[in-house]
Amino acid sequence: MVSQARKSELLFSGSDWDFNKLSRVYDEIEAIGLEELRLDIYPVQMEIISSEQMLDAYSSVGMPLMYRHWSFGKHFLYNELLYRKGARGLAYELVINSNPCIVYLMEENTMALQALVTAHAALGHNHFFKNNHLFRQWTDAGGILSYLDFAKSYIARCEERHGMAAVEAILDSAHALMEQGVFRYHRPPRLSSEQQREGLRERLEYEERSFNDLWRTLPPSQESGDTKTAGDDDAAERKKSLNLPEENLLYFLEKNSLVLEPWQREIVRIVRVIAQYFYPQRQTQVMNEGCATFVHYTLMNMLFDRGRISEGAMLEILRNHSNVVFQPAYDDPRFSGINPYALGLDMMQDIQRISTAPTAEDRDWFPDIAGRGDWRDTLLDAWANHRDESFIRQYLSPRLIRKWRLFVLADGADEPHYEVASIHNERGYGKIRSALAQSYDIGANRPDIQVVDVDLLGDRHLRLQHTVKDGVMLEGQSRDATLRHIRNLWGYDVSLAAIDAGTGAILSERWTKEL
Amino acid sequence: MPIFIDRRLNPKDKSLGNRQRFLRRARDELKRSIRDHVRTGRIADIDREHAVPMPRKGTSEPTFGDDKESGRRQHILPGNRTFSPGDLISKPGGGGGYGSAPGTTESEDDFRFVLSREEVLDLFFEDLELPDLVKLNLKQILSFKPRRAGFTASGAPTNINVGRTMRNSHGRRIALRRPKQAELDAIALQIAELEAKPASTAMSERIAALREEFDRIERRRRRIAYVDPVDIRFNRFDPQPVPNASAVMFCLMDVSGSMGEREKDLAKRFFVLLHLFLTRRYERTEVVFIRHTHEAKEVDEHTFFYHTESGGTVVSTALEEMHRIIEERYPVAEWNIYAAQASDGDNFATDSERCIELLDRKLMRLCQYFAYVEIIDERESHIFGSTENGTSLWRAYNAVDGKWPNFQMRRIAAPADIYPVFRELFARQPDLRKSA
Repeated sequence: MVSQARKSELLFSGSDWDFNKLSRVYDEIEAIGLEELRLDIYPVQMEIISSEQMLDAYSSVGMPLMYRHWSFGKHFLYNELLYRKGARGLAYELVINSNPCIVYLMEENTMALQALVTAHAALGHNHFFKNNHLFRQWTDAGGILSYLDFAKSYIARCEERHGMAAVEAILDSAHALMEQGVFRYHRPPRLSSEQQREGLRERLEYEERSFNDLWRTLPPSQESGDTKTAGDDDAAERKKSLNLPEENLLYFLEKNSLVLEPWQREIVRIVRVIAQYFYPQRQTQVMNEGCATFVHYTLMNMLFDRGRISEGAMLEILRNHSNVVFQPAYDDPRFSGINPYALGLDMMQDIQRISTAPTAEDRDWFPDIAGRGDWRDTLLDAWANHRDESFIRQYLSPRLIRKWRLFVLADGADEPHYEVASIHNERGYGKIRSALAQSYDIGANRPDIQVVDVDLLGDRHLRLQHTVKDGVMLEGQSRDATLRHIRNLWGYDVSLAAIDAGTGAILSERWTKEL
Repeated sequence: MPIFIDRRLNPKDKSLGNRQRFLRRARDELKRSIRDHVRTGRIADIDREHAVPMPRKGTSEPTFGDDKESGRRQHILPGNRTFSPGDLISKPGGGGGYGSAPGTTESEDDFRFVLSREEVLDLFFEDLELPDLVKLNLKQILSFKPRRAGFTASGAPTNINVGRTMRNSHGRRIALRRPKQAELDAIALQIAELEAKPASTAMSERIAALREEFDRIERRRRRIAYVDPVDIRFNRFDPQPVPNASAVMFCLMDVSGSMGEREKDLAKRFFVLLHLFLTRRYERTEVVFIRHTHEAKEVDEHTFFYHTESGGTVVSTALEEMHRIIEERYPVAEWNIYAAQASDGDNFATDSERCIELLDRKLMRLCQYFAYVEIIDERESHIFGSTENGTSLWRAYNAVDGKWPNFQMRRIAAPADIYPVFRELFARQPDLRKSA
């Protein structure tokens, strides 16, 4: 057999890499990945960069092209300082959700690391980007690079024409609202102007058809009730015409602001598009990293089993792998939250285990996948159809909860104590699972701020509403500063009311006039 | 097979534009920290890179974020060993718990970064309102002159060293046994001779063999180039700093009680500017600090700026001290002598005469340049504007000013007034460079 004939052949030896080796390793990894794991990937473009260029990429939110803004300069200084001091290493790779999928490799990596990184990024992340439904629905991998190119040159042109200060002011304000600049639940309808006209014509036609002069002759109902409903109707009509309430503040401002010039609207739009592009990534941290880590771990072991990687290289790979998936306990000084690489990998390996060697408990908890034998299908399905929150809710097993010894602390800000709410016991599994899933639901964790009303004919006052869940208010100083930014974009007064989600009571209201 | 792109040779500093935007944004705060640096640091330290704290104002990036001090939340943590449900754990030191993410905004702003030398100087010059040409000159590093330094395998075509190259080529041709033109010619001649004779089978076989040999030699000659890229050597040039003569700068300052914080700060900038100028022009610059009350003393920089001493004011003592030091340590033949004097103008009336005499008879002959600034109150600047009368020292120096072209004097009330003192000096640059 061919594979046996090649069996003794190592893919590489020594720690230096060159392009031939990289290419050989990639081809081999790709072949195994497609065949054994049934991955489905975009074509790959690998770029070798130096540490300096990696720092550059860090500061421009990981994109190869980005418009210029002072905040990127600030982040660069910060990252550079940490790196120079040795407080933080740089990533070995960076991968862009684009078609072709761009993978950056650091030139300092050894050959073994390059192999690891190739499997991780070029196969793992790449597969995830191409198949996960969030990325498929919400991002346009084919167009992102050309869009960024357009954004960069457009903003540069604006700087030339309108001055750097004016552009900077708009970008500052738009950046402040980036978190509120995404559609969380629905895509905006993309109507072409043709369709819009068509819709308008149909509506008019319907009104003409259903016109009946009799309605006019109806006697008006009681005076008081009538004026009230008229006011309410106005408000309702107004809200309907503006599509209120609206959760995407940037979208609302871009479409409805009364003071923005066309070029300013376009800049707001650019920031909004970029925010939307990154939104799926933030919802799928655990899954994305878990998928990539699972893929590199599985592929590297396969290569080693086939004798294509030497023991020395494998040791180096394993060492790096275990650094990446290291999860200290909560009381360890190195603890800084749950490591998404570790959680993702453990859950995926757990799925593998449940599929092939389930226990009675697993059969109870996961009747549909336990003992099904083919873990690949289950994983491919999970990678395609879940985000972190739903993935954890569906697949976190009691066994893993015990292994991690997870527990839930209830923390009330006005109480002097934390209370241990659940631990890894029979009663706690469900609660821990749903609490952990909840903590990855960024739709629920980000402050929920919406545009609720605006009086375009009156004083043009923009009303925002913050729905307060569990009594978590907004941090005062940054809230005021952000409100000022909204005012800049809107042009008139803005107010933000905090409404309790449970009772509907108004907890506080902040006006830009008072700032 | 994936596409490979080697980006390592792409231009670096992709984020330079971002850095400039950031510095411009934080300009005011950075300027303040440079000003503090001038006030507290050494004169010579201005001329290098400098770490500054991250400016806070104007560089925050606000977003809507949760208030960590309100509401109820849950933390999910790994590694439980001892807890059971219902256990109460007291919060550490109030505020955020273990589980809450570390406040990134705080830590991110709390660090120092390094401004390059150019950036430091830009910020320093901003108050002084220097003309652009002068700024450029001050920022320039020492001039360099290329000097021959051996050979190198890469370089510009104009620097090819033909001798070296041909020697290498010759050696390589011998080593690889490149057939010579003469061999080729000999065979060609043989062929021609044989062809001239009557034909026979033996002859044509011989000719064919010769032709084959001819082709082989020619192929070999083509394969082994006469001059190969590996033979080429270039002259290497090493940039050598142009040797400059040495300069010594005398800083004279009145430290009697009347010189306050503001006066000293202005005086210091005045000294820094002269020092910058000298370090550009001369390879070696020494600074001598002389402070005086009713008696003068040579001191180190720290004492000069930070120790106050009470006493009267006798300016001539400082001039005498300066003269003594010149005689002792700085022979005029080897040193260019510059002096900068700062004072609030108070002096004993009788002593001013003595100052004139000292300057006129001795010091002005020794000095390249003598600059005097009188630091006055901002309110006084209207009154004194350009009038001749003033403090006793001012009136006395006025006499010297008329006589010596290399003497400059000026009243300063704000940083922007400092540069005009040196205007003459900077205007004379071309001459200076030649003399150096």
